[in-house]
Amino acid sequence: MKKKLLFITAGVAGLAVFLAAQQPDINSGVAGGQQPGIAIPDFRGSGEAQRYMTVFNETLWNEIRQAGLFKMAPKSMYPLRVPQTPTDFKAPSTAASSRRDRNPKPVSSSPWLSDWSSPPVNAQYLAFGYTGIQNNQIVLYGWLYDVTRPDTGSAQVLGKLYFGSVDENGARDVARQFASDILGQFGAKSLMGSKIYFVSDRTAHKEIWSMDYDGSNQTQLTHYNSISTFPCVSPDGSKIAFTTWYRGNPSIFVHSLETGRKLPFYNQAASLNAPSDFTPNSKQLLLYSTAGGSYSQIFIANIDGSDFRRISSVRAIEVEPKVNPKTGADLVFVSGRGGPPQLYRMNIDGADIVRLTTGEGEAVNPSWHPDGQKIAFAWTRGFEPGNYNIFIMDVATRTVTQLTHGAGRNENPVWAPDGVHIVYSSKRGRTIQIFTMLADGSQQRQLTTSGNNEKPVWSKASK
Amino acid sequence: MSKRTQAYIKAGAVLLACMLFVFAAGCKKKVPPPAPPPPPKTEAPKPPPEKPEITSFTAEPRSIERGQAATLRWSVSNATDINIDNGVGAVQSSGSRQVYPSSGTTYTLVANGPGGSETRSVTVDVAAPAAPPPPPPAKEPGRSATDILSSDVQDAYFDYDKSDIRPDARATLSKDAEVLKQLFNENPGFNVMVEGHADERGSAEYNLGLGDRRASSAKDFLVEQGVPADRLKTISYGKERPVCTDSTEDCWQRNRRVHFSPAQ
Repeated sequence: MKKKLLFITAGVAGLAVFLAAQQPDINSGVAGGQQPGIAIPDFRGSGEAQRYMTVFNETLWNEIRQAGLFKMAPKSMYPLRVPQTPTDFKAPSTAASSRRDRNPKPVSSSPWLSDWSSPPVNAQYLAFGYTGIQNNQIVLYGWLYDVTRPDTGSAQVLGKLYFGSVDENGARDVARQFASDILGQFGAKSLMGSKIYFVSDRTAHKEIWSMDYDGSNQTQLTHYNSISTFPCVSPDGSKIAFTTWYRGNPSIFVHSLETGRKLPFYNQAASLNAPSDFTPNSKQLLLYSTAGGSYSQIFIANIDGSDFRRISSVRAIEVEPKVNPKTGADLVFVSGRGGPPQLYRMNIDGADIVRLTTGEGEAVNPSWHPDGQKIAFAWTRGFEPGNYNIFIMDVATRTVTQLTHGAGRNENPVWAPDGVHIVYSSKRGRTIQIFTMLADGSQQRQLTTSGNNEKPVWSKASK
Repeated sequence: MSKRTQAYIKAGAVLLACMLFVFAAGCKKKVPPPAPPPPPKTEAPKPPPEKPEITSFTAEPRSIERGQAATLRWSVSNATDINIDNGVGAVQSSGSRQVYPSSGTTYTLVANGPGGSETRSVTVDVAAPAAPPPPPPAKEPGRSATDILSSDVQDAYFDYDKSDIRPDARATLSKDAEVLKQLFNENPGFNVMVEGHADERGSAEYNLGLGDRRASSAKDFLVEQGVPADRLKTISYGKERPVCTDSTEDCWQRNRRVHFSPAQ
């Protein structure tokens, strides 16, 4: 019974998200009035665990808020009596069962579901629980209730134990796991364990780096002391390809993300070879190269460089082929065939080329949404050359939504695996830094500060 | 008569003769004294002492190279003290001395005596040391091929998002072609990298392709001017190696360039 209700709840919520994602106007989809309200009162810890609860509560709140799936009910509106376990809920004595009132007013001093679903909180969901320390671990008892339900028996969406180390990292960890499970109930893919790969010049050379999706654990991956840039990561998370000038002309290197080692890749004899994207099965690489001609053109090859095949053939610069992650059969790419660079699409065999952008300004840096229907990209439309802003386009209808509105440079948008976040680079002041935001342009958050940081790619957690 | 008798007679005779002689001498003292000598005609002053005379003062050789010696020789008469300047000092009336002047020097000998003083000078010329032997002649005397490339082969500039050679770039590259042809002739192992660069405004990815186009169209132009194609390589740096980082048209123009560097 409980399982069935859970399934229905998740299904309804998932459908809402799905419908929202279908709408061309991403703004209302992500942050509009249709979102369910959630209340997350501060959790308390028993004994020593209380020391870590500031970090825990901050993390849990931010993780849920940044997902953009919920309307966050402000803490100042919460009732004084906050439940810590399901047994804290006491049905009002007169009431509910006899009159069948879905939202009975509490007549006792104990917490009840309707405390949270009625004004002023007006939440549909409530996350509650507590932490303690057992066997040298911090343990979180976490629940998510649908407080619009008539009784506690049907209200539980989630109830689970989480374990972490007894320190702030452990507290942060259990908060993220709990948040991830909550978001997972609503169709949001978790960002837990996902990595952002990027390029930093903080060592005086451009090298490939990685970090957690919240900017922590920034780690240098390459040490070529040359120029190494344009990273792309295989969908299975096992390999990273990039361009480096380490051997003279820009050429493609592929590294294993499991061992960190360089893998064999045969570069064509050409003045320029650069990787752009892996096919959905992680077995082939889309790239651009001057092989066999004097213009950068689009090619596909196996991940060791073998079976190198031309896709485009035109006397114009063509770069950045990105393959549709759902179909694996069509590409968006950047071409100068009509003048200034614009976005085009074509089949992976080079047929059916169509321009996607209007021809205004310069449109570059396409990135597919995981749904294979939308792209994010950078466009100078309405601004001087170089002043890019981030846009989203529904490829089928060509409807575009502008997410950033500054006169600075906002470039290289890449979708997070959850399809809700976007990572991008922005030059605000003297340096270029990496930011994340929701796909409606809200909740912009800077992840890097040291040197210049650019060319982010967001990779889901590798299995 | 016997012989002994005769001897006695002779001895007596001699003795007698002697006595007579002594007697006769005592008789002379009675002769009158001679007249006194005539006095000198005038009472003339003492004659003056003679002036010192420098008989000779020479330097041998007259001209030396720095570090070599010259020999001064002199001969002086009627002098009581004799000095040579420039560090030689008091000397005898005749002699010689080796000197090592580091530059042209005039030695003056001063001879002083009761009769006055006399000077004479002699000059020793010192030549600058001979130049060291010249180094073996270089292919390009004084300048390496890399130096010539960086100073005489100029960057060519491009319009935004363009790779065609505009008129000012034609002029620049035509001059570059002449320098490069000579450079390649005289330096058989020397090759040149044609680097294509872009300004910061386009995307890094597109600029990679654009820099490649600029490098290859500059190369094509140079080859048309007779520069051997196999001595020119091309590389694109996109916008990764700017010469300036300001967001101004002046800086953008300086970055939209083809630059030449020695190829490995």
